[in-house]
Amino acid sequence: MYTFDIERPSTVGDAVKLLSDSTESQPLGGGQTLIPTLKQRLAMPDRLVSLGGITEIQGISQDDGGALCIGGGVTHADVAAGAGAYAALAGLAGKIGDPAVRNRGTIGGSLANNDPSACYPSAVLASGATVVTNTREIAADDFFDGLFTTALEEGEIITEVRFAVPQKAAYMKFEQPASRFALVGVFVAKYADGVRVAVTGASEGGVFRWAEAEAALSTNFAASALDGLSLDGSGMISDLHGSGDYRAHLVAVMTRRAVEAA
Amino acid sequence: MEPRVAVGDYNRSTGDSTLYTTSQNPHVIRLLMGAFVLGIPEHKLRVVAPDVGGGFGSKIFHYAEEALCTFAAKALNRPVKWTCSRSEAFISDAHGRDHVTKIDLALDADNNFTAVRTETYANMGAYLSTFAPSVPTWLHGTLMAGNYKTPLVYVNVKAVFTNTVPVDAYRGAGRPEATYQLERVIDKAAIELGVDPIALRRQNFITEFPYATPVAVEYDTGDYVATMDKLEEMADLSGFEARLAESQAKGKLRGLGVNCYIEACGIAPSNLVGQLGARAGLYESATVRVNATGGLVVMTGSHSHGQGHETSFAQVVADMIGIDENMVEIVHGDTANTPMGMGTYGSRSLAVGGSAMVRATEKIIAKARKIAAHLMEAAEADIELKDGQFSVAGTDKSVAWGDVTLAAYVPHNYPLEEIEPGLEETAFYDPANFTYPSGAYACEVEVDPDTGKVTIERFSAADDFGNIVNPMIVSGQVHGGLAQGIGQALLEGCGYDENGQLLTGSFMDYAMPRASDVPFYSVDHSCQTPCTHNPLGVKGCGEAGAIGSPPSVVNAVVDALRRGGHDVTHVDMPLSPSRVWSAMQG
Ligand SMILES: Cc1cc2nc3c(=O)[nH]c(=O)nc-3n(C[C@H](O)[C@H](O)[C@H](O)COP(=O)(O)OP(=O)(O)OC[C@H]3O[C@@H](n4cnc5c(N)ncnc54)[C@H](O)[C@@H]3O)c2cc1C
Repeated sequence: MYTFDIERPSTVGDAVKLLSDSTESQPLGGGQTLIPTLKQRLAMPDRLVSLGGITEIQGISQDDGGALCIGGGVTHADVAAGAGAYAALAGLAGKIGDPAVRNRGTIGGSLANNDPSACYPSAVLASGATVVTNTREIAADDFFDGLFTTALEEGEIITEVRFAVPQKAAYMKFEQPASRFALVGVFVAKYADGVRVAVTGASEGGVFRWAEAEAALSTNFAASALDGLSLDGSGMISDLHGSGDYRAHLVAVMTRRAVEAA
Repeated sequence: MEPRVAVGDYNRSTGDSTLYTTSQNPHVIRLLMGAFVLGIPEHKLRVVAPDVGGGFGSKIFHYAEEALCTFAAKALNRPVKWTCSRSEAFISDAHGRDHVTKIDLALDADNNFTAVRTETYANMGAYLSTFAPSVPTWLHGTLMAGNYKTPLVYVNVKAVFTNTVPVDAYRGAGRPEATYQLERVIDKAAIELGVDPIALRRQNFITEFPYATPVAVEYDTGDYVATMDKLEEMADLSGFEARLAESQAKGKLRGLGVNCYIEACGIAPSNLVGQLGARAGLYESATVRVNATGGLVVMTGSHSHGQGHETSFAQVVADMIGIDENMVEIVHGDTANTPMGMGTYGSRSLAVGGSAMVRATEKIIAKARKIAAHLMEAAEADIELKDGQFSVAGTDKSVAWGDVTLAAYVPHNYPLEEIEPGLEETAFYDPANFTYPSGAYACEVEVDPDTGKVTIERFSAADDFGNIVNPMIVSGQVHGGLAQGIGQALLEGCGYDENGQLLTGSFMDYAMPRASDVPFYSVDHSCQTPCTHNPLGVKGCGEAGAIGSPPSVVNAVVDALRRGGHDVTHVDMPLSPSRVWSAMQG
């Protein structure tokens, strides 16, 4: 590691101020991604602004409209234990990494990072969730912007994520054998106005919605509605752990299983 | 598992260098580094390798960092420490396996094996690691007869340089490769001939011992029928159909795979490995020091990095004398206080190191008997040692172990004209032959036909390790070996891109087996044909699990795919979900 400063503000306002002055600063969530990145010198900010001491971005609640509001600093373990109103989401959080990762890693950090194999982005996109920051509200469809890229501006902090709770939902994760991230993960959520299907781990473009599956399932929410639907492997990630064709195939399998489990 | 570490230290007043390192064989490092790298004579160089957190072969070899730290400590006149990160370990620790082999098996009309022929390219990596060429040659070619009386065996190995990380010994070293090739081709033959793979193996078993194979070694003892009988019982083969039906009801494929293995371990007779081209002697050493009050310190040239020598070696010595194990201290891992030894690998610790310890302890007992005879004024031939008491046969005269040891150091009433005072003996033991543990393994898998994911449902291992000193340690060794073999079969593998860049440079891409990847094992080592040439009758158990398990996993997956209607006869390891799925696509 090289030397850097660390600040521990207790309000979002102070954090934003620290992030916007001239020093090259970066917010620190659970550090599960950022710290290894620093160790490898892939990022070398002069200052980390830890969000861990900010109570405003903690906590899970339901608003008047019934939406589940999760603070941007809530850990995966706390979502797993406290998001019972949205069981598929709690289940997803409970299967991220291992206990150490879940006790540190946060929903805000995961979304800001937007790893193409991360689990949360699929839940946020499939739920049409709203990502709330210190300056604005961003719709899920506008938030994810390819691999490791999001609509967040420099120094913008995710303070909350708001999920409308679906009638039925499930997340199916096929683990990459080494990292246990999603080789392919599919989140299916059924709302009164239709079904949304979001896929992580598979595409070279990052998390995406599978429009044909959504259309078919919106008409008939049954695995059989997916018969004959398939994706093309050409835009899919192809690596040591599986070809694009394999991933495309897995998307169909996991979607079917998610519908059956929902 | 723990990454390597080295600390160099230099004492300016004495001119002595000390290297603390994570090694399986500190004496070998002292010789290689002192004589061949840095030019430090052995009496000015001490190498300390205390309780190392696992080795599995990768810590046998002499690594550059050891020499650099030792050199730098002298140049700077201060200690120099190097700690390997996990990512550095992936690109600097020697890797294992990596053979490309073509194997042919010939059978006569009655399904007797008549010949085996193999052509192997063995990757050495970019440059040679310490023992690299010995792995695909004398640790591999000599095993190609397996458990079978095939009269003709032809092995051609070409060791090749590539641009990968160096490849050297890894738990089993050469023998897993031999076992895998043979046991896979036998299953393939069974498929082609439409015969039962177990029956085909049984029919070709070697049944008479000693048996000189066509590939340079002579098996002293074994009973392959007994281990296979045991295995069939453990694996509940008759229940397979019912389990198959259960899997099918869940939409899963199920398969059963069986294989045998033989390994040459307890390495090794120095003269034999010398003839085969090795540049090292492979004896082992032990010094047994008895203290005045009767406690013992055993200084072994063998090394413990998780094998539990401290327990099993102490048991052996305590048993020989009939005293409590707590009176025996095992010391290892420091060239300053152990005799020159070759270290631990090749399942050699108890078979070779333990034998040296037995020989040294025998010398101790012989001398103690003389002292006891003197103390009791009896003839030496009449002295018996039992439960820590020397007694005169047919009388009630006895003297305790502690009184005899005290007399050795306070020699007032002592036969000084016949024997020296003190009670300390050293023995070097060079085995007469390898030892040949063998066994039969069975694996049952489920395969998810939609994803290609394999789960191991049952795993049974019937091993013949000869005599057993500590059954729990033996089971633990088998469990660990099986986890590694299953890891090799299903998960582990190094990948490089077209520029030679290692793709599996962290645990994010290199798939290690975890607890959830392995089943509850059923292991048995009640079939025991003791080794005929070492004093303990032991064969060694450290590598068996890793040697014996990969083929049964692959045999089981191929069986599952075939029962599922896929015309597959082979899938290369690791059987990752994507590979198995691809195999199913034809
Ligand atoms: C062994 C291991 C296994 C894992 N397995 C999985 C898995 O199976 N599935 C999965 O989805 N993930 C997995 N992860 C990743 C894990 O979920 C991380 O916690 C997550 O990706 C990052 O969250 P964090 O809070 O640790 O963020 P950090 O590492 O602290 O930060 C990541 C990035 O987000 C920024 N950031 C942090 N918080 C905020 C915020 N509130 N607002 C704006 N920007 C912010 C940081 O500046 C940084 O750029 C795994 C990680 C490890 C180490």
